[in-house]
Amino acid sequence: MRKRALGVAALATLAFAATACGSSPSASPTAAPSASASAPAAGGGTLVIWADPLRVKPLQPFAEQFGTENGVTVEVKEISKDNQMTFLTASQQGSGPDVMIGAHDWIGNLVQNGAIDPVTFTEEQKASFSPKAIQAVTFDGQIYGAPYALENIALIRNTDLAPDAPATIEDMIAKGKELKEAGKVKEVLCIPVGQKGDAFHVYPIFASGGGALFGATASGDPDPKQVLLGSEESVKAFGKLKDLGEKGDGALRTSLTNENYIVNFAGGKCAYLVSGPWAISEVKKGGITYDISAVPAFKDGKPATPFVGVQSFFVASKGKNKALAQEFVANYVTNKDVAKALYDADPRPPALTAALEEVQAADPDAAKFLDAGKDGMPMPAIPEMAAIWEPFGIAENAVVRGGDAAKAAAAAQKAIDGALKN
Amino acid sequence: MALDVREAAPAGTRGRPRREITTAFVVSRIVVLAVAAAILLYAVPPLVATGSWVALGLLCGVSAAIAYLYLTRRFIPAKYLIPGTVFLVAFQVFPVVYTLTTAFTNFGDGHRGDKAAAVTAIETGSVRQAPGSPEYTLSVATRGEELVFLLVDPATKQVSLGTADGLTPLDGARVGVTGKVLAAPGLTVLKAPEAAARGQEITALAVPTGDGVIKANGLSRAVEGKAALVYDAACDCVRGNGGTWTADESQGYFVNARGEHLAQGWQVNVGLDNFARVLTNPTISGYFAGVLGWNLVFALVSVLGCFALGMGVALALHHPRMRGTRVYRILLILPYAMPAFAMLLVWRDMFNRDFGLINQLLGAEIDWLGQTGTARLGVLLVNIWLGFPYMFLVTTGALQAIPRELTEAASIDGATPFRAFRRVTLPLLLVALTPLLISSFAYNFNNYNAIALTTDGGPFPADSPQVGGTDLLITYTFRLAFGAGGAQFGFAAAISVFIFAIVAVISAVAFRRTRKQEEVYA
Repeated sequence: MRKRALGVAALATLAFAATACGSSPSASPTAAPSASASAPAAGGGTLVIWADPLRVKPLQPFAEQFGTENGVTVEVKEISKDNQMTFLTASQQGSGPDVMIGAHDWIGNLVQNGAIDPVTFTEEQKASFSPKAIQAVTFDGQIYGAPYALENIALIRNTDLAPDAPATIEDMIAKGKELKEAGKVKEVLCIPVGQKGDAFHVYPIFASGGGALFGATASGDPDPKQVLLGSEESVKAFGKLKDLGEKGDGALRTSLTNENYIVNFAGGKCAYLVSGPWAISEVKKGGITYDISAVPAFKDGKPATPFVGVQSFFVASKGKNKALAQEFVANYVTNKDVAKALYDADPRPPALTAALEEVQAADPDAAKFLDAGKDGMPMPAIPEMAAIWEPFGIAENAVVRGGDAAKAAAAAQKAIDGALKN
Repeated sequence: MALDVREAAPAGTRGRPRREITTAFVVSRIVVLAVAAAILLYAVPPLVATGSWVALGLLCGVSAAIAYLYLTRRFIPAKYLIPGTVFLVAFQVFPVVYTLTTAFTNFGDGHRGDKAAAVTAIETGSVRQAPGSPEYTLSVATRGEELVFLLVDPATKQVSLGTADGLTPLDGARVGVTGKVLAAPGLTVLKAPEAAARGQEITALAVPTGDGVIKANGLSRAVEGKAALVYDAACDCVRGNGGTWTADESQGYFVNARGEHLAQGWQVNVGLDNFARVLTNPTISGYFAGVLGWNLVFALVSVLGCFALGMGVALALHHPRMRGTRVYRILLILPYAMPAFAMLLVWRDMFNRDFGLINQLLGAEIDWLGQTGTARLGVLLVNIWLGFPYMFLVTTGALQAIPRELTEAASIDGATPFRAFRRVTLPLLLVALTPLLISSFAYNFNNYNAIALTTDGGPFPADSPQVGGTDLLITYTFRLAFGAGGAQFGFAAAISVFIFAIVAVISAVAFRRTRKQEEVYA
């Protein structure tokens, strides 16, 4: 009796295991033309969108609406770590999404890895975006993504302590030092430096001091063959950072890091903060009355141009449903309501002019940030940019601690040249 | 086990003792096999989708072997060996082989796919909209089985039929207000869901025109475009934009006469290049000795510090007159029980010069992580704090196993407690713990987290942004392989091989010495 039970069970399991293999070859022809063929009557196709945690929720209703209108299933999946790398690895293995959301400065690297396709906009669509957003997502003469939000850093000041927006960096430092001597604040300026520097936040000051990263090609794009970090102008700019540093005015300090600089401002420990729209919620929590203006320039200096980052939707080259992805990116998310919903979830100024106008009316901060970034430079999207961040940051850290500007600039230039040669 | 052995014996003439087959036995066997089968089944669809027939064949073979193995009464030892072997192959042998093979390629950013993928990416990426061409409103229809495009020029409202053969004007179509075609004679216009279901066919369809093609841009628009760059198989090159880029199989790039290359490359075998680069690149070999020296010090001090501290505490708590040992034990395990990631970040903030707890407690102004000496001291302190509870735990365990009579005998023989410890307890402890100390050394030699999360290699001198004061080989090379030049998996794999070799040699020497030591004690 027992023996027979075992035999039956064994047969059943064997049959089960056998079907695992047996059914697969016959399944392949139907599986090949994507999942779509499986249920053509009920519509078909699945659109998979990958987004970071902040954007999953606001995107959901629009994704669903798009799904109903086109009779497809739309899946918005949250990716929270190393998004660019995860996307590249998954694309390569064929398990990637159809639509990816990310910053425009990924474009160079994604293109060299063949991971995204160009997006075609009509002239009318192009005109509906802010020109800077279109410039940012353009790489090598092609538009590679649908932009939806712009972000740049600005000077946020505590209006109780510093009622007037400073006209120059010198004014700001003087006021900051005055407040510090009076014991009203503990820091002259809250800007992250840390042990490895922070190229993104210090860039407007560096640019105002005359520093530059890349030369320009004939078409006006950054030219990776001309790294200018070691140039004479950049050395001067590093010299100015040194003057602002720990052995000078004490405005730049390595002990202020990405983890504590906003907290310090929100706690009233400094009058000025250099940060982006992402800092606002914490500043509000601290109960600070604040105003936003552009990062000032040095007296007689060049404009203090911040980097402008553009959040974008990309069409994955290896996606299973590219027609749907194109439809979604080129013809759907360029919709004003989507832009506004994303803004509500994460208040960065929309790239779509119409959405921006509506947002501005309700939220003056968005307009002020955008105004502060109007001279900004879209972050170079070339893959070579990856080589800049760390050596630049370390050179910044070195001069802030009082190191020699010429030496630091030359070492950074050498490191970058070495990396780009490979 | 004994039962199984008897079972394995050849069927004798007498009724051999059989393992009793209970319901629980049958059920558990079915459950285990079903789970195994389910896992294997789960792997089938992705393999089919990617067309990995070899892997699929392998999978089927393995499943059949497993099913056969566990459904027969024979091969008893294999039943025990197979699971371990499968895991060994999957988690040890495969990664090592994969790392080794990757080390000989240029796999990394710009070289992720194969040549065909690079060509596709180059061609699709270079498609430009034909100047002055209309942006058609697209409707998808079928003519019999064939998928066709109905294209409406928004300016002239002219409807055209687009097929793989070309573009022909179409009369009699009814156009809706949005510019989409609602109906056309002899054609079935697809509704949105039906069109979406045939997305791949829509993407694939190219309607040839004078000197370009009309392709769908989503499901509702189509544009005429032309690829600026076209691959020519005859010369194995890419032409266009007034230039010719010839495939260079040694670099995995299309290169033109001036030595410039197109962005998209492919993966090729580069032989020993990656290894040669590690040895000859001045930024790597120049700093190698210094980094290796500090790395050895870091690993040694971490292990010995953890061991000394852990053993000291364990001895103190092992003392018979110690009270409240349970409370102490719980407290001591806390650092070990906390997630190291979070703790390392907390320590980093505590070392902050102006806002950190340590300076505030000491009333000092020390830039802990800003100077090489203090930064090294800092990471060592943090690492010992994180690691000593483990040593404490294993030492406590080992101490329990050493009979107290031995030390008592030593003290009766007139040995001082220290002498008894030195001559009796410590050697016995070391016999048990040396393998753990060696593996702990290997672990700390590659302790990426401890450095990356506290100092991230820093502080960096002004004149060398590549190598910081606390960089270990692993953090330093991680920066080289994944920092500036984008991800370079091939290069990183070559470096891993070097690091593996260093750790393996040190461990092998240490194990040899331990064996000798054991002979002495024995």
